[in-house]
Amino acid sequence: MIPNEVKITPELVAEHGLKPDEYQRILDLIGREPTLTELGIFSAMWNEHCSYKSSKKWLRKLPTKGERVLIGPGENAGVVDIGDNQAVVFKMESHNHPSYIEPYQGATTGVGGILRDVFTMGARPIAAMNALRFGEPAHPKTHHIVSGVVAGVGGYGNSFGVPTVGGEVNFHKRYNGNCLVNAFAAGLLDADEIFLSEAKGVGMPVVYLGSKTGRDGIHGASMASAEFDDNSAEKRPTVQVGDPFSEKLLLEASLELMASGAVIAIQDMGAAGLTCSAVEMGAKGNLGLELNLDAVPCREPGMTAYEMMLSESQERMLMVLHPHLEEKAEAIFRKWGLDFAIVGYTTDTLRFVVKHHGDVMADLPIKDLGDQAPEYDRPWVEPKKLPVLDPAATRAPDDYGKALLDLLGSPNLSSRRWVWEQYDHLIQGNTVQRPGGDAAVVRVERPNGGKAKGLGFTCDVTPRYVEADPFEGGKQAIAESWRNLSAVGALPVAVTDNLNFGNPERPEIMGQFVKALEGLGEACRALDMPIVSGNVSLYNETNGVAILPTPAIGAVGLMDDVTKTVGVAFAHDEDVVVLIGETTGWMGQSSYLSELFGLEEGAPPPVDLAVEKKNGDFVREAVIAGRVTAAHDLSDGGLLVALAEMAMAGKKGARILLPEIDIALHAFLFGEDQARYVVTASPAEASKLIVDAAMAGVPATAIGAVGGDALVIGEHLNVAVTDLIDRHESWFPGYMSGV
Amino acid sequence: MKSAVLVFPGINRERDMARAFEVVTGVKPVMVWHTETELPDGVDVVAVPGGFSYGDYLRCGAIAARSPIIDAVKRHADRGGYVLGVCNGFQIVTEIGLLPGALMRNASLKFVCKEVHLRVDDPTTAFTSAYTAGQVIRCPIAHGEGNYYADPETLARLEGEGRVVFRYCDELGRTTEAADPNGSLNHIAGIVNERGNVLGMMPHPENLIEALQGGTDGRGLFESLAKVA
Repeated sequence: MIPNEVKITPELVAEHGLKPDEYQRILDLIGREPTLTELGIFSAMWNEHCSYKSSKKWLRKLPTKGERVLIGPGENAGVVDIGDNQAVVFKMESHNHPSYIEPYQGATTGVGGILRDVFTMGARPIAAMNALRFGEPAHPKTHHIVSGVVAGVGGYGNSFGVPTVGGEVNFHKRYNGNCLVNAFAAGLLDADEIFLSEAKGVGMPVVYLGSKTGRDGIHGASMASAEFDDNSAEKRPTVQVGDPFSEKLLLEASLELMASGAVIAIQDMGAAGLTCSAVEMGAKGNLGLELNLDAVPCREPGMTAYEMMLSESQERMLMVLHPHLEEKAEAIFRKWGLDFAIVGYTTDTLRFVVKHHGDVMADLPIKDLGDQAPEYDRPWVEPKKLPVLDPAATRAPDDYGKALLDLLGSPNLSSRRWVWEQYDHLIQGNTVQRPGGDAAVVRVERPNGGKAKGLGFTCDVTPRYVEADPFEGGKQAIAESWRNLSAVGALPVAVTDNLNFGNPERPEIMGQFVKALEGLGEACRALDMPIVSGNVSLYNETNGVAILPTPAIGAVGLMDDVTKTVGVAFAHDEDVVVLIGETTGWMGQSSYLSELFGLEEGAPPPVDLAVEKKNGDFVREAVIAGRVTAAHDLSDGGLLVALAEMAMAGKKGARILLPEIDIALHAFLFGEDQARYVVTASPAEASKLIVDAAMAGVPATAIGAVGGDALVIGEHLNVAVTDLIDRHESWFPGYMSGV
Repeated sequence: MKSAVLVFPGINRERDMARAFEVVTGVKPVMVWHTETELPDGVDVVAVPGGFSYGDYLRCGAIAARSPIIDAVKRHADRGGYVLGVCNGFQIVTEIGLLPGALMRNASLKFVCKEVHLRVDDPTTAFTSAYTAGQVIRCPIAHGEGNYYADPETLARLEGEGRVVFRYCDELGRTTEAADPNGSLNHIAGIVNERGNVLGMMPHPENLIEALQGGTDGRGLFESLAKVA
């Protein structure tokens, strides 16, 4: 008989984040009152974070299949074929709530979790990125959170030994009460050596590996499934503590163990720890699972079954092993100084049984824990459309030079060097395009030698666009990642999405979610970029104020020959500057208006996916063919900011000759029309390129030449490159040092 | 030339180091696990690579310096064998006592990863013979605790004996505060022992040996070592 010393009251149910009808569902499923441990298990499995109960209906509509997709959503990470029996494994995941409460540990454990997702599949991590969003710089908490999160991301990744090659950092007042920390990781494995979580065979040993279990992180996933209020700091004990040293050992030991042939199934203990990992392994394999908690390595004595089942202590794994290879497996883990314990067996009962001190603490139907989780079709309302701004009616700057410098020195457009110099982006020796450009490029050597391939990585989304028009904004997030990869010469092959939104129980938030996903889906289909993994983070609200809707995209591109990549830097004097794509001077939701005038007005730029495809293909082919010396996608700040970035990167100026335009000059220079790039090429090559573009139906215009030490546009603008660099580089360090 | 790369738990640039030896000298180094008590026969160069041995817990390099393999490394150095300590390896080698001084927290109190310039102040060592005197090379750094410190007497001795091999400098070879990424005394980036067979340095020449990595200035160190045997 299961001892049930604690009476399950409605208050206790509510404390576990379960609604009365959800509790009724539990009673109906098991036909009796659950034990406290069982209630904890249900709350862990049925919270928003683990069950996707509000988002599932819409996630199903996303495109997840493609020729290269080996594993789509549902496993620890997605797997994409890159030829030569090699595959890239990647995923992005949020650690928003913990990072707001305890920035350093929240960020470290976010990075640790995503790395574990990748190496659990059998891959050695080769690149990491992170998309970070903070409140406005003047908000009293922002400085502290930025400093803690950046140190945490670096502290974990640097020690673990993965290059952090890219990412995004934004500031906006709507993140004042909820920062976003979205961590991406990618790894490399042999396409025929992928490890999955599905348990196979009855009576197989279930083995616990890694660090010991402590009382940290209990209810972490439940915390991430509720809004914040003024008392959120009290939730600090629910934040886990990361140990990159243990993770590094766990990586090496796991890969060694996988190579030994002993592993049948493997699952990392992430959100909801032992509960989630054990249930998933059993349920996926149509098996039952019996755990004996007396064998679980614990950090402190006296831990209850409830605590062990809900602990989110980090750097732990669960594996199902071949029984005859147990000893070999244990020897490998002992070599690396990690805990190894047989904590249970697979069964044919389809029950999830948890025993502690001889008592049965939980006995639940294993499939129902996942399959019968509630699923909601939450009401949603169509977001309101904003009017299209007339470019000529927007304010022109008094001084173009000052406007450009102010933009480059603004919190959102200034250099992120202060951030990425704290991340080891060179370890492993394969970083070909370093942070600061459009996309990072990492070399991948072919198994049998020959010219090395490349993988491109980028993180993108423009939350103010998504807020203004979730559908177009969703499309734009994918389109921008497409452009960033194309500009470095990589063919975009797949994406991971990290969907950060407010409270889904509010119809307007649900409306943002639904429309943004529609936009993402449409763009992914048009650009052939399936979504192979992802994560949903809802309830990013404090005191009723939601974050900007932020469907962050991590995208991966493939290069057949990594040496063909180009960067954003102006390379040679006399090179011709060519603007690719059509410019209408779209000012709605531009960085120009928001950063210089504090205006977030109008409809964001629409995204024509057919044009994106055509222009992107043209630019990528030009890069791969070695026809261009630099390429840069146009995004925040439009043409002028892109030119300035190219000048700063190359420490070379350019003389821009304005083409015949019937657009207001400031709209031409700062507008954020989509599907545009700037490329440079030798004069002879540029002429040919422009002709070829015309043939392909791609707008291409020569707008000037590289050279000199200033960026010059007739009588409108003349700024020394060193002045551009000074302003661009000074905001972040100045802010962080309190100047 | 036969080389070995030591592996401690938490070390993470051992593959980068091994690759550099292999690419430049054509010979794969032997990887040596920290619990071994002997180095492989005939090893000329022992490389102690970068990383976070034992998580940098207690003090960088302090725990690794007490590993079983360390006695063999000391005997190797005493015999005149070459020891190259890079980054965490430099910290470990100072903890062992093969080199004087210590590496403290960066003056900025932050981890820093970037490319810096180094001036080769001594091209006569076995590690630097492929460079020229005063040559300025580019080299990546990636560390949180690379701020070299030694007491005044030791420092004076190091300088007096010309044992500072690499110094942080600007692209023209000038040693300035601004060009020093971590606050090291006298802008020291790398030093050798009296006998000249043990080099410790914070920067990572092993990460700049191919054009794809952005340059090849780090090759010289491995080319120099290729000539020792």
